[in-house]
Amino acid sequence: MSIEQREARQPWILLTPALTAIGLLLIVPLVFIVVYSFWLKSAAGADTPGFFLDNWQETLTDPFYRDILLNTLKIAAITTVACALLGYPAAYFIARSRGNKMVLLVLLMLPFWISYIIRTMSWINILGVSGALNSALIWLGLINEPIQMLYNETTVILGLTHFLLPFMVLNVFVSLDGIDTNLEDAASSLGATRWQGFLQVTLPLSLPGLAAGGLLCFVLAAGTYITPVILGGPRDAMFANLVYEAIIRQLNWPLGSALSLLLLAVLGVLVLIYNRYLGMAQLAKGLG
Amino acid sequence: MGWRLIRTYTILVYLFMFLPIAVVVLLSFNANQFGSFPMTGLSTRWFEVLWNNGAIMRAFRTSIVLGLMTAVISTVLGVLASLALVRYKIPGRNLITTLLIAPILVPEVVLAVALLLFLNFLDIGKSFTLLLAGHVIFTLPFVILVVQARLVSIKRDVEEAALSLGASPMQTFFAITLPLLMPAVAAGGLFAFTISFDDITGTLFWKPGGIETVPTQIFSMLRNSISPEINALGTVMIVLTVGLPLIGAAIARSLATRSGG
Repeated sequence: MSIEQREARQPWILLTPALTAIGLLLIVPLVFIVVYSFWLKSAAGADTPGFFLDNWQETLTDPFYRDILLNTLKIAAITTVACALLGYPAAYFIARSRGNKMVLLVLLMLPFWISYIIRTMSWINILGVSGALNSALIWLGLINEPIQMLYNETTVILGLTHFLLPFMVLNVFVSLDGIDTNLEDAASSLGATRWQGFLQVTLPLSLPGLAAGGLLCFVLAAGTYITPVILGGPRDAMFANLVYEAIIRQLNWPLGSALSLLLLAVLGVLVLIYNRYLGMAQLAKGLG
Repeated sequence: MGWRLIRTYTILVYLFMFLPIAVVVLLSFNANQFGSFPMTGLSTRWFEVLWNNGAIMRAFRTSIVLGLMTAVISTVLGVLASLALVRYKIPGRNLITTLLIAPILVPEVVLAVALLLFLNFLDIGKSFTLLLAGHVIFTLPFVILVVQARLVSIKRDVEEAALSLGASPMQTFFAITLPLLMPAVAAGGLFAFTISFDDITGTLFWKPGGIETVPTQIFSMLRNSISPEINALGTVMIVLTVGLPLIGAAIARSLATRSGG
């Protein structure tokens, strides 16, 4: 074999382990559940292979599933907006502060390293019947009996926002930090107020970061399983909870496959639209 | 005026992020027997209860073993793949990159279901192997992103110099590239460990009955009610995940200034 041929083979040798792992443990399994979603659950014993449309019919027409899917998307959308409203100004402050930017950024990223489940349950300490807020209100004499503030849609959104905010801040910061501040100075020297300069120069230039952060928040929120179980009430199930019910509790794997694929398709469309207009490079920047 | 407003707003955002965590730490030292407000005094009794809880200690061992194995496998796979992506011109680079970071883009529930059903079809049921395979898959993209970012900043020249002086590509990798890459390897490994240690959604689908990781153990304890023990466990995890890297960084920094000054 010539040296050139060996050179050309080297990268593939390096890539083989990772690509094999992704292929065997992600791509093939995804194709497999596409096939599985057309099988039928048997009352006893193994599921029946074949080409049955029953699971898909149930998944796509049952109003119960449709309502939960829409509700899941609604919760994800509200969470994303909340993250943007809280995260953008904070990221702007960090990017433009004269102090130690990195310390400020790392500080806001710290919760990202703290266990998701601990952060989620920490809200019970704050909002629970014997939590900080109720105790404070009783102590102040504003209420006599503790109020039940937990276990509803608002607390689910609160928990998700607390969990996802670092993703938004990091992405917005990366794009704001890359903007030449001379551009804002140029705008103001041409007579724009700071607010105009921000709206017409800085904001448009930072939109890719905002979009990348938004995509991450939305996709992660829409796929969440734990937050609604811990902070939501019995009627606040999200789509991932349906999948868990079908797969782990009812052991209806064909139906569970169809449900997971529906979630993947809905969120996949979003990722594709994003990829079409902004490309994956922006996302990689924010994650790296 | 505007800047002040933004600063106040940012402080409020920081409070929003840190207040719940601070309350966890505060309550874990609570002497009150229900572990709730009002606090009656400070005590470390909940840490003792925690230490004597066999289930939690077992969960800790499982999580650490799983996290370490995940970190080693993911880091090896990730470093090799990153080298190929950064150091060679290969056709279909974008497609390969997208494939490699695909596990981030697929919702974790979907990934969990697909892997569980497929490996079950291959007669590998819920087991430690399944857990490990799953954890490797969703930590791999993060390792690749971290290592790639670092690798780009290492100049090709140093490697070429070694090669021109007669070192083999293997020698060059181990004597030049790998030492320069060490911070990224360490960061990638730490990242993989943390993500694995913290994972719950996938783990709930994959874990066999009887095996608990720290997050699934907390999850099952939460079903009853929030006990002060959980707050103590939370404090331990906060100290481990935040404190240790900070101390490590501080030590590295003081060593660097000493040798530099």
